[in-house]
Amino acid sequence: MRTLAKLSWVELKLLLREPLTVLFALALPLIILYVLGGVFGEEAEADIFRGVGAMSYYVPAYIGLVIASIGLISIPTHLAGYRERGVLKRFHASSVPAWAVGGAEMVVALVIASASSLLLVAAAALVYDFAAPNSLPTVVGAFLLVAVMFAALGVLLGAVLPTARAAQALGLLLWFTMMMLAGAGPPPEVLPSGMRSVGSLTPLKHVIYVMQDAWLGLDAGRSLLVVVVILVLSILLALRFFRWE
Amino acid sequence: MDQTDSVVVVEHLEKRYGSFVAIEDVSFVVERGEIFGILGPNGAGKTTAVECLQGLRHADGGNLRVLGLDPRHHAAEIRRRIGSQLQESALPDRIKVWEALDLFASVVPGGGDWRVALEQWGLDTKRNARFGSLSGGQRQRLFVALALVNDPEVVFLDEMTTGLDPASRRVAWDLIRRMQDRGTTVVLVTHFMDEAENLCDRLAILDDKRLIALDTPSGLISRHATKRRVLFSTDQPDLTWLDSSQHVTAVHRTRDRVEVEGTGPVLAFVAAALIEHGIAPTDLRVKGADLEDVYLSLTGTGRSD
Repeated sequence: MRTLAKLSWVELKLLLREPLTVLFALALPLIILYVLGGVFGEEAEADIFRGVGAMSYYVPAYIGLVIASIGLISIPTHLAGYRERGVLKRFHASSVPAWAVGGAEMVVALVIASASSLLLVAAAALVYDFAAPNSLPTVVGAFLLVAVMFAALGVLLGAVLPTARAAQALGLLLWFTMMMLAGAGPPPEVLPSGMRSVGSLTPLKHVIYVMQDAWLGLDAGRSLLVVVVILVLSILLALRFFRWE
Repeated sequence: MDQTDSVVVVEHLEKRYGSFVAIEDVSFVVERGEIFGILGPNGAGKTTAVECLQGLRHADGGNLRVLGLDPRHHAAEIRRRIGSQLQESALPDRIKVWEALDLFASVVPGGGDWRVALEQWGLDTKRNARFGSLSGGQRQRLFVALALVNDPEVVFLDEMTTGLDPASRRVAWDLIRRMQDRGTTVVLVTHFMDEAENLCDRLAILDDKRLIALDTPSGLISRHATKRRVLFSTDQPDLTWLDSSQHVTAVHRTRDRVEVEGTGPVLAFVAAALIEHGIAPTDLRVKGADLEDVYLSLTGTGRSD
């Protein structure tokens, strides 16, 4: 536990020493918010955006998108880079356990996701009129769950992908695909039904549902279960297949 | 534990990567408190052997014991009690020296105080320096400090001085002797002859996946390097009479420089023959056998790279 705490703190400091990475994590959601917000406005239409206004739909969805970018791109690239450079081997030889390495990444991911999401909501509130959270504790709980889930998925990807380049390429591909198909880009209702079905197979789709349902006071249903299953599987598989070199 | 017990026991170690055999039937024992060298050309299996001992790789055959424990089943426990400097490893560029020490010290409960290690290895002025800004010698010192921060009973050093300039290498040797003075057993992988000869109490020479010699450096030299070389310079064109001197086995000449190979008291006989022919070179000397001769005669490879 002491090692997990120390490693998390060191990793957080290391991240803050890379201002460009931090800037990317914080600026990306804002750019997406203002561009797409400018496109869709806050017109409530019965047949798209799950029947709520566009921004009421998108703000919780973008929180999911922020979390996905950390889990699919940042964590795998970082961990694979550590493997490539021999940092993980160094940790291994000094008996730093795999769960502490993965755990520290998840702690850092939670911190960055929280900061980024708060900034996103604040920036949205400045410009748009959208639904307030139905229940704040539910939203916080849902946020923690989905953030931990994507962080665990990121650790799994980082645990097995051999190089930082491979991790970055795969991560970007997954992230863009999910963004477009899972309802964080175009409204899902305008997608052809085939694409929509593919979209509903992506983890991001269920993450967005969980966030929106918590935010808007809808029934979370099956997506909550899917998120929990992905979380548990990711942790088990990451521990099982963690590669130090 | 007994003070004279064996810290590392290797019996018939075997390791394959797919169908490639990396190491085959290697056995040796490292006693507490010694500096034990593992010497050999690149690809001889040195790194594979020590990584199996640290539980970083799984041996395919044979019996291994480190501090009485089997690395195949107690790797985590072994790694907490040993120190390790790896050939290909690094730290994040932006981590500070003190942060790395603090982190690694936290892994083993009740391990040493990293502040002591910081001072002991002359890193106190570099306390807040980032890893990426350290020189090669400073990085080595940090890796040594990290390897020793948990007060290990045995440390494994894999090509610690490769890539260091001669001055830094001397400093590293001094660090290794200081480890031994603290009572730490040292297993040193190297491909430098002078390093092995200077530092090691005993040496295992690996070549082509196998153990080909195991002894003290002087034992290896007296057993395997019986040839002596007498060197001098002369402008005398005809030296054929040297060939028939007693104890001379061969004469090589490159312009003015002459190298006479021979056995036992060859120096005295060469000197007498030279005087007899009216030659008194000022640079007459004998080159004693060293580990390099042993190594070359045993491995039959070129000089170490």
